[in-house]
Amino acid sequence: MVKQQRNLLWLGLVALLGGGMIGAYVFATPTEQVIKINSKKFVFIPNQITLKKGTPVILQFTSEDVMMGFYVPELGLRTDVIPGQVRELRVVPEKIGNFAFVCDVFCGSGHEDMNGMLSVVE
Amino acid sequence: MTNRRDFLKLAGLGGVVFASGLSRFAIGADGKHASGAMAEDFYFVQLSDTHWGFSGPPNPEAKSTLKKAVAAVNSLATQPDFVIFTGDLTHTTDDPKERRKRLAEFRDIVAELKVKQVRYIPGEHDASLDKGEAYQEFFGNTHYTFDHKGIHFITLDNVSDPAGRIGDEQLAWLEGDLKALAKDAKIVVFTHRPLFDLYPQWDWATRDGAKAMDLLMPYQNVTVFYGHIHQEHHHMTGHIPHHAAKSLIFPLPVAGSQPKRAPLPWDAAQPFKGLGFREVEADVKPNKFDIKELTIKAS
Ligand SMILES: [Cu+2]
Ligand SMILES: [Fe+2]
Repeated sequence: MVKQQRNLLWLGLVALLGGGMIGAYVFATPTEQVIKINSKKFVFIPNQITLKKGTPVILQFTSEDVMMGFYVPELGLRTDVIPGQVRELRVVPEKIGNFAFVCDVFCGSGHEDMNGMLSVVE
Repeated sequence: MTNRRDFLKLAGLGGVVFASGLSRFAIGADGKHASGAMAEDFYFVQLSDTHWGFSGPPNPEAKSTLKKAVAAVNSLATQPDFVIFTGDLTHTTDDPKERRKRLAEFRDIVAELKVKQVRYIPGEHDASLDKGEAYQEFFGNTHYTFDHKGIHFITLDNVSDPAGRIGDEQLAWLEGDLKALAKDAKIVVFTHRPLFDLYPQWDWATRDGAKAMDLLMPYQNVTVFYGHIHQEHHHMTGHIPHHAAKSLIFPLPVAGSQPKRAPLPWDAAQPFKGLGFREVEADVKPNKFDIKELTIKAS
């Protein structure tokens, strides 16, 4: 069963505002790119995400097995990733650079390897 | 009071001592317990991140490392007042039976310690996958306080929640505990994860650690000892020092020094390099703690 969790994400965006990304949650418009990020022990797929500065995107998260957390500390961007649910974060990248992300919910022997890079380019 | 030079000589340890600018610090001015009892000098031993049950190239001696550490503590000429294990006693497993087997084996190995006062707190490897259930069957509460010779010790659990939170309930408990103390009481906090954002990119943080620090801030003599990052590290939050301990399974790299937080490779030429435990001496007369980092022997 896949349940949309858009209302919860709205709350998550408060953290976004101070973090070099700005955004106000709206439903994805047909013009906005959706990037699907699937997670399973102990990887995010993909684990390299490249965004264009100033171009809003929807990051859409799913988990195949256990609860994970997607967290980009330098951007204050995070969401729980829960099996059976789709979580979305709308982001407008403002700052160019490479920002490491990590699974911040302990998920087993291999949790320490579960990370990736979000790159914002011109 | 322990004579440290004798202690190092007699123990026959590697003698590798890493002192740091923060290794001495004041813990109070009057040498008195909050209750008014005179404090005495003593020392305790902190061991961390033994990860019993781990196997792999980062430590080909995984089956013997914990036993060697127990032997090294037992060989200390003057025995510590107590020993504390600051989490990741065992390496995690998805299998609840295997988890209990590892916890039982760990318990039996450390039962060989001569010191009978042994305390424990969990790490995420012990407690995050079952919210501390198996851990508590073996070692009881995941957070508690005790008093010893004029110092109030508080242990905080930031691992039974897999998201690495202390949680509001435990924070309220901490607040209540601190309320009873004088502002200049000598307080030592043991926890597993850092209570500050050391490097959240590697999950080296406690999500609501700042709330605990806010509660501790009004107290003048607080020191935090923790584990999790498998290396010695010293940090100040205002006047409060945090001291991370080495691991007894494999060392981890310095924060951000490599893309992955993969263990540093085992060096056959220098077995057990980067592993160790520490002695913490509470000199209550000059009101200082001394920290000495110790190694374990290869043979
Ligand atoms: Cu840990
Ligand atoms: Fe550990």
